[in-house]
Formats: sequence, structure tokens, C-alpha cells
Amino acid sequence: MALIQVENVTKIYRFGEHELKVLDNISISIEKGEFVCIMGPSGSGKSTFMNIIGCLDTPTYGKYFLDGVDVSTFGADELAEIRNKKIGFVFQQFNLLSRATALENVELPLIYAGVETKERKERAKNVLSKVGLGDRVNHYPKQLSGGQQQRVAIARALVNNPSIILADEPTGNLDSKSSMEIMEIFKILNDEQGLTTIIVTHEPDIAAFGKRQIRFLDGRIVCDSNICTQERES
Amino acid sequence: MISVSSVINIALRSLIVNKMRTFLAILGIIIGVGAVVTMVAIGTGASSKISQQIASIGSNLILILPGATTQGGIRMGHGTLQTLTMSDAEAIAKECPAVVSVAPVISGTAQVVFGNQNWSTAVMGTTPDMVIVREWEIISGRFITEQDVRSGTKVAVIGQTVAEKLFGDLDPMGKLIRIKKIPFEVIGVLDKKGQTFTGQDQDDIIYVPISTSQRTLFGQVLPGRVRLIYAKAATLESISQATEQIKTLLRQRHRIGPNQEDDFTVMDLTQMLKAAEESTKTMSILLGAIASVSLLVGGIGIMNIMLVSVTERTREIGIRMAVGAKPKDIRMQFLIESLFLTTIGGVVGLLLGIISSLMVSSIMQWPISISVFSALIAFGFSAFVGVFFGFYPAYKASTLNPIEALRYE
Ligand SMILES: Nc1ncnc2c1ncn2[C@@H]1O[C@H](COP(=O)(O)OP(=O)(O)OP(=O)(O)O)[C@@H](O)[C@H]1O
Ligand SMILES: [Mg+2]
Repeated sequence: MALIQVENVTKIYRFGEHELKVLDNISISIEKGEFVCIMGPSGSGKSTFMNIIGCLDTPTYGKYFLDGVDVSTFGADELAEIRNKKIGFVFQQFNLLSRATALENVELPLIYAGVETKERKERAKNVLSKVGLGDRVNHYPKQLSGGQQQRVAIARALVNNPSIILADEPTGNLDSKSSMEIMEIFKILNDEQGLTTIIVTHEPDIAAFGKRQIRFLDGRIVCDSNICTQERES
Repeated sequence: MISVSSVINIALRSLIVNKMRTFLAILGIIIGVGAVVTMVAIGTGASSKISQQIASIGSNLILILPGATTQGGIRMGHGTLQTLTMSDAEAIAKECPAVVSVAPVISGTAQVVFGNQNWSTAVMGTTPDMVIVREWEIISGRFITEQDVRSGTKVAVIGQTVAEKLFGDLDPMGKLIRIKKIPFEVIGVLDKKGQTFTGQDQDDIIYVPISTSQRTLFGQVLPGRVRLIYAKAATLESISQATEQIKTLLRQRHRIGPNQEDDFTVMDLTQMLKAAEESTKTMSILLGAIASVSLLVGGIGIMNIMLVSVTERTREIGIRMAVGAKPKDIRMQFLIESLFLTTIGGVVGLLLGIISSLMVSSIMQWPISISVFSALIAFGFSAFVGVFFGFYPAYKASTLNPIEALRYE
């Protein structure tokens, strides 16, 4: 079985009488080591899909197998454990703790994994050097540029050796130079460590990094190939 | 599993970040705990002082005074009629089984002189049983004996205040003092008893044999009549029995018909003090309860601040959850924060309470008692407040949906 196996997943939001079908019977499988870019117009369900893959959310219907385990029925504690051990999430807004240093932010997943202080600091420092921030360990987020903050977030995503990196518009708040630097990091991680990577983006030149491209429209997958040339987003 | 030190570390850091708010939250608890400690100290101090006084007047004490409480609807002063006699006292001692000892008194106020010192004090003529009835120790010499009473010797046993006023540092034993210009030999000194609950100095007293008092000091009293009679019941439980027996006996001896009022009054001092003790206990519970309200208000303050904190830090909670914090990790974090606030408040409040109790006692001359027990109660209660009022905010934080928390602005 593939690393990620999604079967007939539907996500519905209800507002009283009203129903909003955000994901409509989606099935897809992603193998270990793939580099997938997801595109599609705003509101097409990309983030919703990523949240389910990242175990932040659960589907209304359907099954989601992660590493062969059906996690669609898991409770809050089990989902938290999976997020901690198997998933590394990178967000558009970086989502760093503003009152914590770069090092402390990167340590965070290890705290909840129960790793002891000394080892925690060492591992966090290592990962920060890997993303090129070895000299910014004790800086607070507000003392870092956007690109640097996103690199701290990537370090945090990597620190507990996840099976999957999920990045929802990681370059959405960055200029094109920083964007390319960030994408280089993802590319190297995928090339050298075979880290399974899924990235949501609106920009075709970012999407070009993906070896596989998926296009969403109205909660469905409308294209899944090595290149989804766009019928321009309207 | 997240380690305990990490949870405490996270909680402490977030408290340090918001120093002013943390201080204000703690202040509510400080005032609450301080108020509880002070009020309980004041209340229990008062009731323990009354308990001491019960012991000092002599336990199970009954007073029999001449004259009715009311006569024909008009309240008469006790002792306006001299209806009690020496033989009444003897009869009570002999015929009331619940009474263990009896001491009649013929007393008055008199000027006492030693050398160039003089002092006006209460002089009581009585019998040897007085020290048993009053449970009074003699610190030097001896008390009046049967022999003294029979022969009407001019001897005196003096209280501490009298000893101090007349003799200062001198040893009073064997000295001659003049009571109403008549010389008496000091044969004994009584132990210190302190004040009664009405503020009367019990040590400002001289005891002389009752016969001497009758013959040479207070001759205006009719022969055989006494001012009052002290009696002591066997046990606390038998006081009311003793009171009944005395009443029945005296009515019989004074030939009082079934529809006539008593010509004497029997007072149960222990019962009066017990009632006073009960009411101060009630008062201290009431004071404690009122003070607890302020602790409760402090607790609500903690809850309020924790709720604000949870709302403000929604995004932080979302981030923690996204990287693997379990609901119980989040719950622990906020519970420890609130527990920490109230525990600090409890310790400082306890110190403040002790200081303010000491101030009350020195400024208002009020007896206080600070017990380890009340300190522990106050401290435990503040910790309980922390858990109780911290639980809801912590629970609320732990049930946040991670996606919504992350999206929170
Ligand atoms: N909690 C929610 N309650 C109700 N509707 C929601 C909720 N979350 C998302 N939606 C709706 O689901 C739809 C898909 O949202 P989603 O965030 O997945 O889109 P997206 O493809 O990521 O868009 P964008 O490119 O703008 O990020 C939207 O119409 C949105 O309004
Ligand atoms: Mg989105």
C-alpha cells in the first residue's frame, strides 16, 4: 500500500440546513518519496485536503490510510501523536511562537515527543544549521526576515524526522528570491533524503518543482499527471 | 509523553511575559487568603481567651446571691435583702449531692495600709473551701483554715495585685497590714489569675476568715447572714442538677410557697461563659465565611484572567497542537499556570494574614491565635481554588479545534 492512500474522501461543512461539500469523493494515492504540487483556484479545497492528510482534520466520509493505518477514525490524542511523529507541517503564515527563540520554536515538537532537554537542544540546533540558520539560533521571529522565519518553520517540521512534509502555500508571503531559496530546501530534502513532500501553491514556477502535479476544482481532482498545464485559473 | 519540567517551564514563561496581569491575578488571592487567615486568627483568639477565662474562674462554679431577680415586676439588685445565711451554706454542702464544695462570703470594700502604702480593695470573709471552689493555687504560705474561722483570727491571704501595690518587691509573708485600721497578719499569697471576661481584676482581693469579717470588718451585716455563696458542682454535666438541688433546698429552708418567687438567685457562671464561647465560635465561623467570599472573588479573578489568556493565546494553542501537543498537554499547561498563581498568592497571603493579625492584636489589644491548621487550610484552599477555577479555562483550551485555533487572528 502507498504511504498516503485516500479513498472516497468527502468533507462537508454544514450551516444549519445548508451543506457545503468542500471535498467531493476524492481518491488518490501518493507513494513514499514523491514530490507533489497541488494547485487550483481559491476555495477549491486544497487546504482542506492538506489538513486531512496532515491529521489536523478528519473526513466526513471515506477513508484515509497513512502508512497502511486507517487514521480517519482516530481521536484527538492519536491524531496528535501522528502529527508529532509522522507529519511536518509548514504554513503560509509561518506560525512561529513569537515569544520563543528560533531554537525554542524548533524544539517544540520534541517537547511533546518527550525528548530530554539536552538531546532536544542538540537536534534543534542541527536542523537549524541544515536550513542555513546556524547563526540565528537565539533570534526571536520578529528579528528574522520572512524567508528566515519560514526556514525556522521548516526546521521545526523536520526536527522529529517525519515521513511527510506538508506545506500549504509556503511561499505565499515571500518575495520571489526567498521563495526560490525555500523551494531549493524542499528540493534537496526530497532529492537527498527521499522525503515525501506535498506543496500547495498558486504559482506555476513553484509548482514546476513538483515531479507530480495535482489540480483541484470545486472539491475534485481534475488533473493528476507529471504536468498539469493550466486552463488559466478564473 | 511530555515531561513535567517542560510543562512547568512553559507555564512559568507565559506568566512572566504578562507580569502586570499575573500580579493582579495573584493580588486577588493574596487578599482572599490574607483575609481568611486574619479573620480566623481574630475569631479563634477571642474564643480561646474565653475558654481560658472559664478555667480561671474555676470550673463548674455556681453563685448563689440573696434577693430575687424580680420582685413584683420590679427588678431588684442582688444582695439588697440579706436572705442567705451561714446555715444555708452548710445545708447546701450537706444536702445537695451534686455539690462538692461550698464557700459563703461576707465581703466589702476596704482601705488597706502597709507602711506608707495604701490601697482600696475587695476584702472577702470566707471559709477554707474557697480555694477548692475557685481552683486557686497558693504560691506561698497557706490559706484560711477551719481553726482560723472558729477562732476569728486576724489573718489575711492576699492576691497578686494587692501584694504588688502594698509590698512591691518585699516579701509579704508574716507582715502586718491594716484593714480598716485593724491589723491583720499576711499568711499566704495567691497565684495570679488575671482578668474576668468583664475586665475585673481577680487578683485585686484579700481573703480573711468569714468570722473575722463578720465581727470586726463588716459588722453592718446581720449576724449569720452572708453576702453570697460560692458552690462547685461535681462535673460540667451535673451543674444543672446542682442548681436544681440548691433551688429546691433553699425554697424549702426559706419556706417559700409554690406560687411565691425565690428570695435568692442561682447563677451558673460556667453556662454563661459557655454561651459566650459558643457565640464567639459562631462569630469566628462567620468572619471566616465572609473572608472566604473574598477568596472566592479572587478565584473568579483567576478564572477570568485564565479565560482571557486562553482566548489571547488561541493561535499559540493551535501551533502547539499542530506539532503534536495532546489535549491533556494543553490542559496541564493552563492548570499549572493557574495553580501556580494561586499557590504564590496563598504563600504571600498567608504571610500578609499573619502580619495583619499581629497588627490587630497589638493595636486593638485583641487576643489572636494563628494555628498551623488554619494556615494549612488557607493554603490548601487557595490551591483548590487554583484547580477549581483553572479547570474550566484549561478544559476550554484543550478542546479547541487545531485548524480553527491556527486560523484565529
Ligand atoms: N471551517 C469551515 N467552515 C465552513 N467552511 C469552510 C471551513 N473551512 C473551509 N471552508 C470552506 O471550504 C472551501 C474550501 O476551502 P479551502 O481552504 O480548502 O480552499 P483552498 O483551496 O485552500 O483556497 P485558497 O487557495 O484560498 O487557500 C471554501 O469555500 C471555504 O469557505
Ligand atoms: Mg488554502
